[in-house]
Amino acid sequence: MKADPKGVLTGEHYLDGDHACAEGGLAAGCRFFAGYPITPSTEVAERIAERFPMVGGIFIQMEDELASMCALIGASWAGAKSMSVTSGPGFSLMMENLGLAAMMETPCVLVNVQRGGPSTGLPTLPGQADMMQARWGSHGDYEIIAISPSSPQECFDFVIDAFNLSEQWRVPVLVMTDECVGHMTEKVVIPPAYEIEVVPRRYTTLPPSEYLPYRPDPDMVPQMIKAGDGYRIHTTGLTHDERGYPVMSAECQEQLVRRLVEKIRLHADQIIRFEEDEIEDADVVVVSYGISSRVAVRAIALARKEGIKVGHLRLIVVWPFPEKRIHELAKKIKAFVVVEINYGQMVYEVERCAHGQAEAILVPHGGGWVHDPADILEKIKEAAR
Amino acid sequence: MSNGKPSEEHHPMEALLRMDRIPHIWCSTCGLGTSVSAFALALEDLQYDLDKICIVSGIGCTGRVAGYVKLDSFHATHGRAIPFATGLKLANPQLKVVVFSGDGDLIAIGGNHFIHAARRNMDLTVICVNNFIYAMTGGQVAPTSPLGASCSTTPYGNYERPFNIPHLAESCGAVYVARWTALHLRRTAKSIAEAMRKPGFSVVEIICPCSTLYARRNRLGDGLELMKFYHENSIIKHGADPRDVDIDFQSPIVVGKFVDRDRPTFIDGYNRAMTAKLGEKFEPYGVAPAEVHDG
Ligand SMILES: Cc1ncc(C[n+]2csc(CCOP(=O)(O)OP(=O)(O)O)c2C)c(N)n1
Ligand code: SF4
Ligand SMILES: [Mg+2]
Repeated sequence: MKADPKGVLTGEHYLDGDHACAEGGLAAGCRFFAGYPITPSTEVAERIAERFPMVGGIFIQMEDELASMCALIGASWAGAKSMSVTSGPGFSLMMENLGLAAMMETPCVLVNVQRGGPSTGLPTLPGQADMMQARWGSHGDYEIIAISPSSPQECFDFVIDAFNLSEQWRVPVLVMTDECVGHMTEKVVIPPAYEIEVVPRRYTTLPPSEYLPYRPDPDMVPQMIKAGDGYRIHTTGLTHDERGYPVMSAECQEQLVRRLVEKIRLHADQIIRFEEDEIEDADVVVVSYGISSRVAVRAIALARKEGIKVGHLRLIVVWPFPEKRIHELAKKIKAFVVVEINYGQMVYEVERCAHGQAEAILVPHGGGWVHDPADILEKIKEAAR
Repeated sequence: MSNGKPSEEHHPMEALLRMDRIPHIWCSTCGLGTSVSAFALALEDLQYDLDKICIVSGIGCTGRVAGYVKLDSFHATHGRAIPFATGLKLANPQLKVVVFSGDGDLIAIGGNHFIHAARRNMDLTVICVNNFIYAMTGGQVAPTSPLGASCSTTPYGNYERPFNIPHLAESCGAVYVARWTALHLRRTAKSIAEAMRKPGFSVVEIICPCSTLYARRNRLGDGLELMKFYHENSIIKHGADPRDVDIDFQSPIVVGKFVDRDRPTFIDGYNRAMTAKLGEKFEPYGVAPAEVHDG
């Protein structure tokens, strides 16, 4: 399906990452937005508030992030593509209902413009320390998809991808950007609507008498309905069977949780995306994502100049994690150097997936700014030794 | 539900219930059954297309209502029924959205959503079953527990002043506020129907003491004795000033319709403001196609 031209601002623009996220949502067909202001994400909400009245969307500034996340789920069940945006403290508040979205298998998109933490931290400065929270932040077992843009153009493109992934797999999808990308202004090319691919909702074609809201298709994803269509479904955050009815048993739990997890894990190859550069002869591979990948590129160029065989693996989809690829590379190289603005998050995934066959070295950063390429270079040298 | 004894009475409103989920989990003497019957009667009276009505509950004994009613029904997280319902309503304004939940869910953990939905005049009908307690979790004190009432976390009696729900709703902007007890089946049904007809944020409080936990703990007798107490101590006072309808421990309870007024709903306000500001560029939101093409 192609995008609805109504929301697509075709042309060349100079936009910051936050505004580009908003345009990505509009182009993907997002027509419901609920949010609560928080730096450095607020510009997304502001642009949506300005643009929605002209495209038939509805924006609401909720009383808090708990309400925002819950409203997204309700709106999605009423048939809207729904989106919110937040940062650190608001992300924490959304966690319980992010789990509800995963449990009810509700498509929706949440952008986290990461800032320095913990707690109120550095409201106006970048961080990448919510990456594990993105994966594990809500209680219980579930899988999630997260994607990490490194430029305003990617903010636009990846928000569309996020909507498409969320419709296809019926999971909330997180767009994990950061203050740097959110506030940097660059050229953003918005293509015409007919060039933008939009994944439609997986509405059932079955009549109400035959439809079960949680009976999975062969790819483990159930078909959806929207409220008001006469299906009179029930959906709950309690453990439920294919009818959507609560069942308090270990058997039902096993069946449901396994499907929620496996619908993503068994299709990870279709979901995962990354970019590689100069990997062929590499002894060392730098792993990075988001803004850090742009700094890493500089450090890699410096290292290559010094004759070090170093390559780059840039994560695009960060969750699910490219487990297989890391393992393959680990067999061939000496070490990974992981560049992220935190004191160790994705580096543990790299370490886990390397299975002891290559070292995983972190270039830590507490947040507030991006790495100095010299610090990365130093770790690359250490790794190559 | 804590005694786990399902009630097995045959329900007259089978069309509205998920019979494949009956018997329900509620105690046989609980007023929740009556509350659901009142809702069913209201729907019968309204004759709305049931396919266009959604029900949203939070978590609790009352929170289980959504699971038994054969409508598009949503069982959200504790306290979040109102924002969930807000999303449903705003994404498809043609839907009638009813929130059916407990006092703890709506007024404690969800209190912030309650006051803001009232302020915005979100077009929702909230049916709040006030059983003076957190029943699902075993009878802890709630922000509605009367002063002096014994609860599992106030073993020496509650010493916090409770909320007066009609007053809270009225002062935050609700356009329709009524209170009945589980004894007043027909009157509750009538109020629910009126509330659902009313555009905007409407609240029907149903006083429905938890017979198992609250009544037992406070030695108020069995279900029948509770009913007798309500019968003898309910004072019907339509139009009573909501400030005067506080509930004290075992005091008489003022019931009736307290508020019925008109204010623009959230969507009305939005459409008016945007039309004034943006003119032709703005297409009114959520107006039924028929309304658009009329005249
Ligand atoms: C976030 C969260 N906190 C606590 C609980 C536990 N809990 C479940 S129901 C409930 C209270 C319900 O009280 P009320 O809304 O009055 O419903 P009732 O059972 O009395 O009908 C609590 C505290 C929960 N489910 N979620
Ligand atoms: S509210 Fe009390 S009486 Fe009603 S089902 Fe729950 S525990 Fe039983
Ligand atoms: Mg209660």
